[in-house]
Amino acid sequence: MTAPAPSSLSSGAPAPEASPVPVLSLRNLTISARSAGGMLPLVSDLSFDLARGETLCIAGESGSGKSMTSLAIMGLLPKPAVSITAGSIAFGTTDLATAPERVMERLRGDRIAMIFQEPMTSLNPVLTIGRQLTEAIETHTDLSRRAARTRAVEALSAVRIPQAERRLSQYPHELSGGMRQRVMIAMALALRPDVLIADEPTTALDVTVQGEILELLRDLKRDFGTSIILITHDMGVVAEMADRVIVMQRGKMVETGATTDLFATPKADYTRALLAAVPRMGAGQAAAAAAGLPVQPAAPQPPLLVVEDLKVGFDLKGGLLGRKTHRVHAVEGVSFTIRRGETFSLVGESGCGKSTIAKALTGLVPFEGKVTLDGKRIDGLSGAARKAVQRDIQMIFQDPYASLDPRMRVGDLVAEPMLIHGIGTARERQDMVTHLFERVGLDPSHAERYPHEFSGGQRQRICIARALSLKPKLIIADESIAALDVSVQAKVLQLLKDLQDEFHLSYLFISHDMAVVENISDRLAVMYLGQMMETGSRDQVFSSPHHPYTQRLIAAVPQPDPAAKRHAFPRLAGEIPSPVYPVGQGPKRLALLDIGAGHMVASRE
Amino acid sequence: MSHSPTASPETAPAAPARRPGLVARLARRPLAVAGLACVVLIVLGAVLAPYATPYSPDEQMFDGLTLEGSPLPPDTRFWLGTDLLGRDLLTRILYGARTSLVIGLVANGIALTIGTLVGVTAGYFGGWIGSLLMRFTDLMMAFPALLLAICLAAVFQPSLWIVALVIALVNWVQTARIIYTETSALARRELIDAERTLGASTARILFRHILPHLVPTIIVWGTLGISTTVLLEATLSYLGIGVQPPTPSWGNIIFENQTYFQTAPWLVFFPGAAILMLALGFNLVGDALRDILDPTQRGRD
Repeated sequence: MTAPAPSSLSSGAPAPEASPVPVLSLRNLTISARSAGGMLPLVSDLSFDLARGETLCIAGESGSGKSMTSLAIMGLLPKPAVSITAGSIAFGTTDLATAPERVMERLRGDRIAMIFQEPMTSLNPVLTIGRQLTEAIETHTDLSRRAARTRAVEALSAVRIPQAERRLSQYPHELSGGMRQRVMIAMALALRPDVLIADEPTTALDVTVQGEILELLRDLKRDFGTSIILITHDMGVVAEMADRVIVMQRGKMVETGATTDLFATPKADYTRALLAAVPRMGAGQAAAAAAGLPVQPAAPQPPLLVVEDLKVGFDLKGGLLGRKTHRVHAVEGVSFTIRRGETFSLVGESGCGKSTIAKALTGLVPFEGKVTLDGKRIDGLSGAARKAVQRDIQMIFQDPYASLDPRMRVGDLVAEPMLIHGIGTARERQDMVTHLFERVGLDPSHAERYPHEFSGGQRQRICIARALSLKPKLIIADESIAALDVSVQAKVLQLLKDLQDEFHLSYLFISHDMAVVENISDRLAVMYLGQMMETGSRDQVFSSPHHPYTQRLIAAVPQPDPAAKRHAFPRLAGEIPSPVYPVGQGPKRLALLDIGAGHMVASRE
Repeated sequence: MSHSPTASPETAPAAPARRPGLVARLARRPLAVAGLACVVLIVLGAVLAPYATPYSPDEQMFDGLTLEGSPLPPDTRFWLGTDLLGRDLLTRILYGARTSLVIGLVANGIALTIGTLVGVTAGYFGGWIGSLLMRFTDLMMAFPALLLAICLAAVFQPSLWIVALVIALVNWVQTARIIYTETSALARRELIDAERTLGASTARILFRHILPHLVPTIIVWGTLGISTTVLLEATLSYLGIGVQPPTPSWGNIIFENQTYFQTAPWLVFFPGAAILMLALGFNLVGDALRDILDPTQRGRD
C-alpha cells in the first residue's frame, strides 16, 4: 500500500495491540437539512469513539439519522441541502467534517470503506466485477494492472466466493444477491481499510445468506483488525454482531452501552419499546399458551380455500425462431388448505415461488391446478366470474408506496374497489371510506391527501383499508410488513389480528421472516424451489422441524439476545439451484409424507 | 429503509388543509401567467382580426410600396410594414394566426391523440398487438414525411383542413414511440398489478391509472409539436400543396418573403416572432400545468 495514509496501519498485518487511541472519534456532530423553516437538525450532538477492531452497531428506525451519520463520515452528504453544521469527525489527524473533497477522495474506499444495503444499485451493471475491483485498487495504489488483478482475486477468495478467477469476467446481474454483497465487501476490503461502514448490509438478503455475510464480517474484523460500524434496524443482527451499541431516535443518541448490558438492562424507554417490539421466535407459542388456548384448535373450521396441485411456469424463448427452449418451474405441484378465520403462512427464501402463488390466486399469472374458494372452483374463470372472485380475495403488497397510484387521493383509492364492483352510491362509499379510515387507525380528514404525504406504516394501513372495502373472505399479505420499522410492524400485525377477529378473515401470509411467521400463523408451509418441504401447524413445524431445510431456516434467524450468539453459522453448500429446465424436463416431484396430525414433510432424495 | 429525514414513524408531515383551485395555482406562477397572456393575445388577435385592423389581408395597396416598388418598413401607418405586394403585414399576421392556430392546435392535437392511443395500446397489451402497431409506427417513421404529405395532398384537393389532416398523419409517430416506452414501463409497476387484483377493467386501468402518469410527457410533446407543425405547414405551402395563396399563414408569409430577407428583414422577423411567441406561450403554460397536475410535486416547488 503506497497511498498516503494518516494512520500507522497500512498493511494487511493483523491489528496491533488495542491502542487507546480511537480510530474514529465523533464529537458533538450535528447534521442539518435546509428547509423552508430554516435549518432542520437530522442528527444532533452525536459523540462516540470507535476503537480499533471493534464492531459498533448503530440501531434505530427510519428517520433516526443513522444513515446520515454514516454518510457524514464518508463525506457523502447530499450537499448543499444537507450539511454538517457543528462538531468534528476525527480520523487520525484529519477532521472529516471539514476536510476538502480532494482529501476525502483519497480516504474514501482506501482508509474508510462503505457497503450499502442494495448491492445491485452500488455496482455498475455494465462493467465486469473484475474491472470494477481492479479499478478501485488502481485508483488508490501504485500497483500494476497485473498486481491489482491478483489483489482482486485474493479479495474475492477472502470473501469465500468460489471460482474467484472466473468471477472477474462476470457482470453483476450474473450473480445472486448474496454473491453481489460479497463482491461489495471484497471491494471494500481489497484496500484493507481501517474502518468499514456497513449500512444495512443484510437487509435485502435471505436469512441463510445473511448469516454467512455476518460471519464474513466477523472473520474480516478478526483477520485484518478492521473496525466496523454496522448500521441496522434488526436487533437480532445487533445482538449477533455488536461489541457496543448506540441506539438512535430522531437524530439523537438515546442510549449507548456494551451489547450484553444494553439487552439485559435497557435504560431508555425507547430502547425498551424497541426491544419489546422485536418479534421473537417462540413468542407466538408462548402467547397462545398464556391465553389458555388449546395447542390444537378444538373444532377445525370448514375450509375456505383449497389449492390442489398448483403449477405455475414461465416459458423462456430462445434461438432465431423464438421457440420455447426452457421453462421456469416457479411453482411445481403445491397443495394446501386455508380454513375460515385462519392464518396460513408460506415461508421460504427468494425464488421459492411463494409470491408466484399469491399472483396465481389473484389472477395475475396463469396457472394449472384446481383451486376451490368456498366450495366453488375458481380456476379457469374469465370475465365477470373472475371479477366476482376478485371481491373475495384481496391482496396487500410489500411496498405500499409502489402499489398505490401516486396521482390519486387516498380517499379515492380506498373507494375505488367499491366503484369497480359497483357497490353503493357515492354517498355510501364516502361513509364507508370514513368508517374504514377510522377502523385502520387513520384520520378520516386525511382522505384528501396523496400517498406521498403519509409514512410507510400509514400507507400500509391505507392498503389494508382498501383491501377491506370489498369485505373479502381471504386477504393475501405478500411480505406486507417487511418494509416497515419493527415498532410499526408490531402495530400493523396487531391491526391485522384485530381485523381477523372482527371480520372473520382468513389470511395467506407470505414472508421470509421466520420470527414474524412464528408469531402470527396458525399453520404454515415451508417452500423451496417451487415445492413444499414441510407443512403443519405452527407448533408442529417450529417445535419439531423435520426437514433439514426448515431446520436450517430456523437456525439462521438471528436472535435478539446476545447470550444466544452463534459462533458458527450453518454454511450453504453453494448457490441455490435454478428452477429453469429445458422443455420436456422438470424438477423431481417430492412426495409429502404425513408424520402425524397433518404434519407433512417432503421425502428426502 | 427510507432515508426520509423529516417523517418520523406513523406521523405524516403536515399538509395544507385546503387546496386552491387549478386557476388560482396557475395564477401564482408569473411565468405561467406570461405564457397564458401570449396565448390569449394570439387567440384574441385571430378572432378579432377584422376589427383589429382597417385593412383587408388581400388588399394590395398602391401606397403600400415605395416608388421603386419595394416593401415599406414599419412606420406609423403600417405598424409592421408591408410585404412585396403592398399588403399590410400586421393584418396578414393576424389573419394568418387563424390558419396557424388550426394547424398548431388541431393538427397537432390529432397527431398527439393518435400517437397516445397507438402508444398506450401497444405498450399496455404488448404481444402481437404491440408488435404490429409498433412495426407500423416504424414504417411510418422510415417514410419521408414530406413525400407522404405531398402524396396525400396531391390525392385530396388542397384546403386548410386537408393540410391539418396530412400534418396529423405524419406527426403522430414520435409521440407513439415515446408513449409506448413509458406505458410498457408503467404497466409493469406494482400499482397496476394492485388494480388488477381488485378486478379493475382494462379501460379503467388505461384511462384512470396509466393516462394520468403520461400527462407530463404528452404536454411536453404537445408544446414541442406546435412549432414543428406550424413550420411543416409553411413547407407544404411553399411546395404549393399547403394553404393556397392568397390565404395567409405564418409559414407562407415567411416563405414568400425569405428571398428578401436582407432588404426587408421585418417580413421574416415578425411572423417568426409570432411562431416563437405561440410556442413559448404554450411551453410556459404546459410546464406549469405539468407541475400543478402532479400531486407528488406538491410543496416542493
